[in-house]
Amino acid sequence: MSDNKGFSIDWALFTGLLTLSVISLFVLYSAGDQNLDLLIRQSIRIVLAFAVMFLVARITPDQLLRWTPYLYGIGLILLIVVLGVGVIGKGAQRWIDLGFVRFQPAEMMKLAVPMMVAWVMVKKPLPATLPTVILGFVVVAIPAMLVIKQPDLGTAILIAGSGLVVIFFAGMSWRILAVLAAIMAAAAPLAWYLIHGYQRQRILTLFDPWSDPLGAGYHTIQSAIAVGSGGLYGKGWLNGSQSQLDFIPERSTDFIFAVFSEEFGFMGSLILLLAYLFVVSRSLYIAIEAKDSYTRLLCGSLAVTFAIYVFVNIGMVTGILPIVGVPLPLISYGGTSMVSLMAGFGILMSAYSNRWFMH
Amino acid sequence: MPGFEIKDVFRETRVFTTRSIVIAILMLVLTGILLTRLFYLQVVEYDRYSTLSKNNRISVVPRPPVRGIIFDRNGMPLARNIPSYTLEVVPDQVSDMDSLLDELGKLVKLTEYDLKLFHRDAKRHARFDTIVLRSRLTDTEAARFAVNRYRFKGVELRARLERNYPKKKSGAHVVGYVGRISSRDLDKIDKETYRGINFLGKTGIESYYEELLRGEIGFDQIETNAHGRVVRTISSTPSVPGKNIYLTIDSELQRVAEQALGDYRGAVVAIKPATGEILAFVSAPSYDPNAFVYGISTADYALLRDSLDTPLLNRALRGRYPPGSTIKPFMGMLGLKSGQSQVKKITCPGYYTLTKGGHRFRDWKRGGHGHVGLHDAIVQSCDVYFYDLAHHLGIDYMHDNLALFGFGTKTGIDLNGESSGLLPSRQWKRAARDQTWYPGETVIAGIGQGYVLTTPLQLASATSALANNGIRMKPHLLLAEEDPLLTGKNPNEPVILNGVIWRDEDLAIVKQAMIDVTDSPRGTARRIGAGSPYKIAAKTGTAQVIGIKQNERYKESEVALRNRDHALFVAFAPAEKPEIAIAVIAENGGHGGSTAGPVARKVMDFYLLGKEPQQEKDPS
Repeated sequence: MSDNKGFSIDWALFTGLLTLSVISLFVLYSAGDQNLDLLIRQSIRIVLAFAVMFLVARITPDQLLRWTPYLYGIGLILLIVVLGVGVIGKGAQRWIDLGFVRFQPAEMMKLAVPMMVAWVMVKKPLPATLPTVILGFVVVAIPAMLVIKQPDLGTAILIAGSGLVVIFFAGMSWRILAVLAAIMAAAAPLAWYLIHGYQRQRILTLFDPWSDPLGAGYHTIQSAIAVGSGGLYGKGWLNGSQSQLDFIPERSTDFIFAVFSEEFGFMGSLILLLAYLFVVSRSLYIAIEAKDSYTRLLCGSLAVTFAIYVFVNIGMVTGILPIVGVPLPLISYGGTSMVSLMAGFGILMSAYSNRWFMH
Repeated sequence: MPGFEIKDVFRETRVFTTRSIVIAILMLVLTGILLTRLFYLQVVEYDRYSTLSKNNRISVVPRPPVRGIIFDRNGMPLARNIPSYTLEVVPDQVSDMDSLLDELGKLVKLTEYDLKLFHRDAKRHARFDTIVLRSRLTDTEAARFAVNRYRFKGVELRARLERNYPKKKSGAHVVGYVGRISSRDLDKIDKETYRGINFLGKTGIESYYEELLRGEIGFDQIETNAHGRVVRTISSTPSVPGKNIYLTIDSELQRVAEQALGDYRGAVVAIKPATGEILAFVSAPSYDPNAFVYGISTADYALLRDSLDTPLLNRALRGRYPPGSTIKPFMGMLGLKSGQSQVKKITCPGYYTLTKGGHRFRDWKRGGHGHVGLHDAIVQSCDVYFYDLAHHLGIDYMHDNLALFGFGTKTGIDLNGESSGLLPSRQWKRAARDQTWYPGETVIAGIGQGYVLTTPLQLASATSALANNGIRMKPHLLLAEEDPLLTGKNPNEPVILNGVIWRDEDLAIVKQAMIDVTDSPRGTARRIGAGSPYKIAAKTGTAQVIGIKQNERYKESEVALRNRDHALFVAFAPAEKPEIAIAVIAENGGHGGSTAGPVARKVMDFYLLGKEPQQEKDPS
């Protein structure tokens, strides 16, 4: 059962990922003031990320299962270390500087948490019973709390989400789900007092950005103007006035969708969303075809997490979600998140190579 | 797998598949939400956001700093900023560009060249960028447009500060000029630093002290109305003006030197020996730097570039000339340093040979100078004495010790692109030409011919060092800098390049010989010293432009004018307590004493006596 079933690429998924990467380069060229250096750096990252994907794809699901507890343990230790000695970037301690490379342990947890939860879930037959579900919650809660401490609420929510999705896939009963939903609704006012002032401000801004058009509402207003003024077909590549005239902050990273949408319009956005939908549904399909429950749960979680990233980012740019630091997967400029993302797709490729009917 | 309970595989699969279907439905719902939102923003509310985008009320406008002013040592402006009107267009706001340009053309003059540049720039920039259509509008044109402004949407009249060089051609090679930032410049500069700045120093002081002069950009956050006009300023970070610069140049002396050189191509460099301050720095012919500020036309530029007189070449800084006999005082110092020239006398028959019956190195005086020592050899400029001295010193000794006067190396003046001249040695010839050194080459190097090349600046600097008892000061143009927001200047301290090297008694011998060049009946520049109330130490020089063959009589009138010898002259005065050292080169000027010498005398008269030179009568 643990022998390698050989290595093959899921060309459909690969094509989807490649398409998104190519789109990324085009948008970045426009968003980054047509800076070739930026483009070259991103290309190198894409190549590296794909290399990581192929490397991870060679690890069999069984090997992954065995390593899971260790990976999770190391991740926890690094999160504790980062709180002690981490480098402060943009006001939060998130990085470990190894000299040649800066590394964000929270990124590693995006994979390690769903793996660990899946590992816990498959200890007993599915669907998961209440004790297993509770254990799963504990596995999710510890790293989530550590990341909140950094403080990085956005990443904490995403990490927690990726773990909770596993529990959901594991067949947590609808009753427990309903009870949880009720508790969360009741706890919402309490949470309002627990979160930071700036986080509260972001939520308020969402409802009325024009109350402070030059301060808190600036991002929301300017990116909405960018998207809205793109119209049906967009202003054309390199011709987005909002983007090119510096109205959109962080336009190479978190707000890159505003640039894309301004320049390629509703039709362009539709095509991009369909490309994302294709990648997500293909991933979900691979999950269903996977050979055992552990792989299925993990792959399902990866597919859903990816979808959540896309939704949260575009929701934020279009003004239906508060501003959280979540990049648009595979399109935004940046290294660490792309590598962890592609490692996730590597797991999916591996699951595909070792799928159900190949037994 | 050990440790795991037996599972119902099919049940587990069913659980997962059911949940996957729920998830898939959720995904579709989320995608639907996003698409609905996008549809709302981009299709339903398109008009509103499109208007908001066009009239984006909040924008950040860079506030370019005011460039520092360049003054001469007496506070006369050499580079200043004068207000100038420009007409600028935002193509995005113009519905019919052709008719707009037609209409505009009736109010202000638009040349073919203006339109060509405008269309080119418009193509290179995004449609919402501001493109300059016309610069330097006259007051009348500006007023005419202002009255009719309502008819021209997307056209703005703006007052800018324009760089202006009031002295025009005078001192152009020192001050240099600014020009529009080109695409090649863009690779070298930091774009953020230059946001909103369209010009940078291209040559001369403008280029060398670019960072001092530039200042720092400021930013205004402004609110504009639908036509892009400023309604109010929300916040403002003021720009920091550039530093004002005071040059060591005396612009009056500069003018006198330029006029004294007249129509000759060449260079004049005058230095204050005690400090190394450059008092005058002439390269002729010159050009008007004002033409470069807003971009010189290709035809005008070609005219300057291709001219045989090479007005763009900074001769004083980059021109490489054989020093000719002006090297003899320095050779004399070497002779004294080596201990040979204190007592040595030779007999000059009018030529010199290394071996009996060998190649004859001729003296400029056919009959020879008779029995001469060092003093007479300098005063009468005897070539044979220095042939002999060079032969005995050897080229490597000459190389190492002439270098102490700064020959063969850059002086380090605060201008870019300085030439280092050429001071040959055995090693140089082997490395550069892969040839061995011949003894004959040492001989002619002794009278500043052959491979030896110096720049006028080097020659002036070396003369200045001699005047300053061998202590060589770094030649410099920056006298002081001044922060326009503060009071008081920040002086630029002189820098010593070489300390005491030469013996006082040796210096006295050479200086006395140089004084007698102008002050004794046999001196080659006796006419220069005539009637001077102060003593002048000087040396004449003549540098061959073409090689002249053995025994061939050099007939000045027969060679084309451009093949005439270059005339050189170095001097310092007053000889006892030098306040000015000078080097003059008049290309194809013939003999140094008769052409270059008078130039130096006029400059020194003006500097030391304040005497304006008399206007020379036109020979025709």
